Amino acid sequence: MRKNLDVIAAYSIMLGLIILVGFLQSWSMALSILCLCLISAVMTIGANIQWGYAGLINFGIMGYTALGGLAAVLVSAPPVEEAWKAGGLNMLLCAFIIFSMIFIIRLIIKKFSKSKNRNYIIAAVIIAGLILLRLISAPAIESIEAVNPATTGFLGGMGLPILFSWIVGAFFAGGLAYVIGKIALGLRADYLAIATLLISEIVISVIKHEDWLSRGVKNVIGLKRPVPYEIDLQGKEWFINLVQKFHQGSLNLISNNLEKQQALKQLVIESSTVFVKLCFAGLFTAVVIVLLIVTQKALYSPWGRMMRAIRDNEEAANAMGKNVVKQHLLIFVLGSAIVGIAGAMMVTYDGLFTPGSYRPMRYTFLIWVMVIVGGSGNNFGAILGGFAVWFLWIEAAPIALFLINLFTSGLEETNALKVHLINSIPYFRFLMMGIGLLLIMRYRPKGIIPEKIKRV
Amino acid sequence: MDFLNAIILLLNYLFVPALAYGSQLALGAIFVSLIYGILRFAYFTAGDLMSFGTMFTILFTWYFQSLGISLGFLPTALIAIPFGIIVTIFYVLLKDKLVFSYYRTKKSPPVMLAMVSIGTMFVTQAIVRIVIGPFDRRFFDGEKFIIKANEFKEMTGLNEGLAIKSTQVITLFVTIIVVSILFWFLNKTKTGKSMRAYSDNEDLALLSGIDPKRVVMITWVIAAILATVGGALYGLDKSFKPFTYFNNMLPIFAAAIVGGIGNPFGAFLGGYVIAFSEILLTYAYKKFFVYLLPESLEPDGLLQLLSTDYKFAVSFSILVIVLLFRPSGIFKGKVL
Repeated sequence: MRKNLDVIAAYSIMLGLIILVGFLQSWSMALSILCLCLISAVMTIGANIQWGYAGLINFGIMGYTALGGLAAVLVSAPPVEEAWKAGGLNMLLCAFIIFSMIFIIRLIIKKFSKSKNRNYIIAAVIIAGLILLRLISAPAIESIEAVNPATTGFLGGMGLPILFSWIVGAFFAGGLAYVIGKIALGLRADYLAIATLLISEIVISVIKHEDWLSRGVKNVIGLKRPVPYEIDLQGKEWFINLVQKFHQGSLNLISNNLEKQQALKQLVIESSTVFVKLCFAGLFTAVVIVLLIVTQKALYSPWGRMMRAIRDNEEAANAMGKNVVKQHLLIFVLGSAIVGIAGAMMVTYDGLFTPGSYRPMRYTFLIWVMVIVGGSGNNFGAILGGFAVWFLWIEAAPIALFLINLFTSGLEETNALKVHLINSIPYFRFLMMGIGLLLIMRYRPKGIIPEKIKRV
Repeated sequence: MDFLNAIILLLNYLFVPALAYGSQLALGAIFVSLIYGILRFAYFTAGDLMSFGTMFTILFTWYFQSLGISLGFLPTALIAIPFGIIVTIFYVLLKDKLVFSYYRTKKSPPVMLAMVSIGTMFVTQAIVRIVIGPFDRRFFDGEKFIIKANEFKEMTGLNEGLAIKSTQVITLFVTIIVVSILFWFLNKTKTGKSMRAYSDNEDLALLSGIDPKRVVMITWVIAAILATVGGALYGLDKSFKPFTYFNNMLPIFAAAIVGGIGNPFGAFLGGYVIAFSEILLTYAYKKFFVYLLPESLEPDGLLQLLSTDYKFAVSFSILVIVLLFRPSGIFKGKVL
């Protein structure tokens, strides 16, 4: 217990800060920070598995997050039957062609020995396949996108509960990671970073511009929630009673009956958003706890020890008969799958999918800051990093405003410098992140909660 | 006649823009490649360093404009670039002293340095956005076109016009000058040779008495010069927006790797490879074939291989292909 004192202290401070936001700003705000902290925590667990356990740099987090989000759309959006009629068959045919292309290429690679001719055959198969795909898909895409473009214009999803998408998102992201891993894992560390960064950018541009699949930049809105809607809650008898019971003290102070009704109504509206966010927070906490238990178990299992051995000395591990390439691929897929879950969770929470909002700054580099600041190799550290950095990211603006007012208190309100600084408050969060990252890397390179290695 | 029209069409929409864009990428790719070769890490601040240099160029341009100084038909920014370069040199040297030198003397692994450069990326981005804001800015003045499309049509009597923007010509000229000075410096002078020696084999270079501090400093100075010039040219040709500059980091990296990272000449050519393939693959060739083919064979579609939305994706796909088949890059850089 004594050993873990720093962990407990750090987490209590974090929770205390969030509760402070609840008191100072609003509970709804505090809970939305908490929800996004939890989602960030899932992402950092994924990144930490890759970086902390195995030393693999994955700068493609944005791509997996977006794929997870796409999974949420494909699972939960209601199917657009008209679009399926217009072009569904052709799109299925295209999928079939892609699969058969892959199958044929694998067959060629297996059957023929390595030679120039084999490369030409493969190239011919790919080019022929692409032309065929283009011929089949082009009219279908056009007709799909023509179906009521203002509201649908895409194939839609399966219409299933959105919670399924968390698993589907993991499979999507894991599948992509498998392909990327096969291509890029042989590269040296920082090279792998660049390659994954660029590949995630390709994924985003596909999601952004293939309107038939994801509506692209037109966004998908109104995805069904796994938790009740505020408007439904406000009409429910039990909820109003609950709110009344909860706020008994303050309501009793109001003597006028009409005013009392009004105050209750206001309270019900406020509490409904808090209640919804509490539901989300509960769901997300469950995911974080399950992932934490699983990853912690894995870390201290023989498999986890092997991963660390590979990370610390690849050649030695190889010499001991461990298959480094295979294990790297495995952990790459696992970590990315977890990030995929986070992507689906995020879209579930927002209720909408906006491909245009996926930017490397927010979804790749910020997550990396979280992992490094929190403590790579230690799941508790990574999660704490997710919490702390997201908290700062959101609260940077008020903090910056406070500091600017403090330092320029001698200046007049209309002073050009002061006005300029106050107008550029949103960008101080980048400054804080950068300086924070640099300071941590300099003075505490293992993060706030460093990795603990149990010696047997 | 139709044949000439078709050629002019390609020149106008493909060749000239790709050449200018390629030069701008090449300047960035060279300094990323140099930093990779000599300091041995992937410099993620590349795009933002370019926007930093451009920002100061813009500020000086505004200052000169307010003083009433101008270059006539040339953009005022050309006088401002040297001042922008000086500020950027100070900035990178300060950054090296405060941040990077610590990890270098500790001999940290390259991954660590790459992470640190992400930290400086955040800081640089913040500085740029706080000072000049995130908005789109144009700072071009002077004559916009060297040849206007209409004038060209009248001059030659062709159907297709060829418009050459002065910024495109300036870009080409400046790039040729800067790059030739750079390669002369790297290949002929003693300092340049010591830099290349340091890049090839650090220990051997140290043994033969090369001062590492000097080599590192000169690398940063060259990086600052190339970043400011490349960034300012890009901003003159298109427009200045911090977010686009950050995004430009990606094709720049692609160019550096495709050309063989650590090899400045490869990076230079890599910039053009990326620019040309981006534009070649996303151009709609319909009009071109309308000129060339007889009427009966005229194409129906746009004859576009990929929609322009995939411009960035093209360069990254090339990168993936290069990584798969020739990981050391087209022009043999360091084998990674």
